[in-house]
Amino acid sequence: MVSDKISIILVSELREDLQMAGMIASVGAVSGNSVSVLISMNALKYFLKGASDKAPVAGHMGEMLDRKKAPSFKTLFEQAAELGDARIHPCSMAMDVLGVEWRDLDTFLKEPMGLTKFLDDARGGQVWSF
Amino acid sequence: MAEKRKIDARGSFCPGPLMELIAGIKAANVGDELEVLSTDRGSAADIPEWIKKVGHELLTTTEENGVWHITVRKTK
Repeated sequence: MVSDKISIILVSELREDLQMAGMIASVGAVSGNSVSVLISMNALKYFLKGASDKAPVAGHMGEMLDRKKAPSFKTLFEQAAELGDARIHPCSMAMDVLGVEWRDLDTFLKEPMGLTKFLDDARGGQVWSF
Repeated sequence: MAEKRKIDARGSFCPGPLMELIAGIKAANVGDELEVLSTDRGSAADIPEWIKKVGHELLTTTEENGVWHITVRKTK
């Protein structure tokens, strides 16, 4: 049923960015798109096993997301992987900088990936960055 | 024999109700009917769009006192 390809590069540590990326990943994946996510820079720390998903907010909407019953961004990414077969990869460079191994990350993350392969795979599809 | 199941996603925001419905559909058998209850206006528009896109059957969409009732039959 794959009709389109969506690639998401996630680097932000801000709640609103993480939320929107998770929404695109989950809804995109369950709607028949082939979704890939590369998690790098300041976003990767949230995907360490046991890490809090409490992220700093950029503004009013982020505060409202906290107050209302919006799904957590980590739940959205997990649902993207489990319900929509999205492939969510940690960035190998960010892992090296943080000094973490694949086994230290949430289990729904697939193998570490470098930017070269991610960009090559993304060719011809939509690319979103947050 | 087809079953009917209700998914209460009231109070959840987009895309929560849709994801709860999809989880329910994954667990259901072909022919089963699922009714999702949502108070999220965006989801009330998005869920029928998703059903149409992936090819399940939208049976009914009604709104009562701010609660949308969307019923879908799993077709595949």
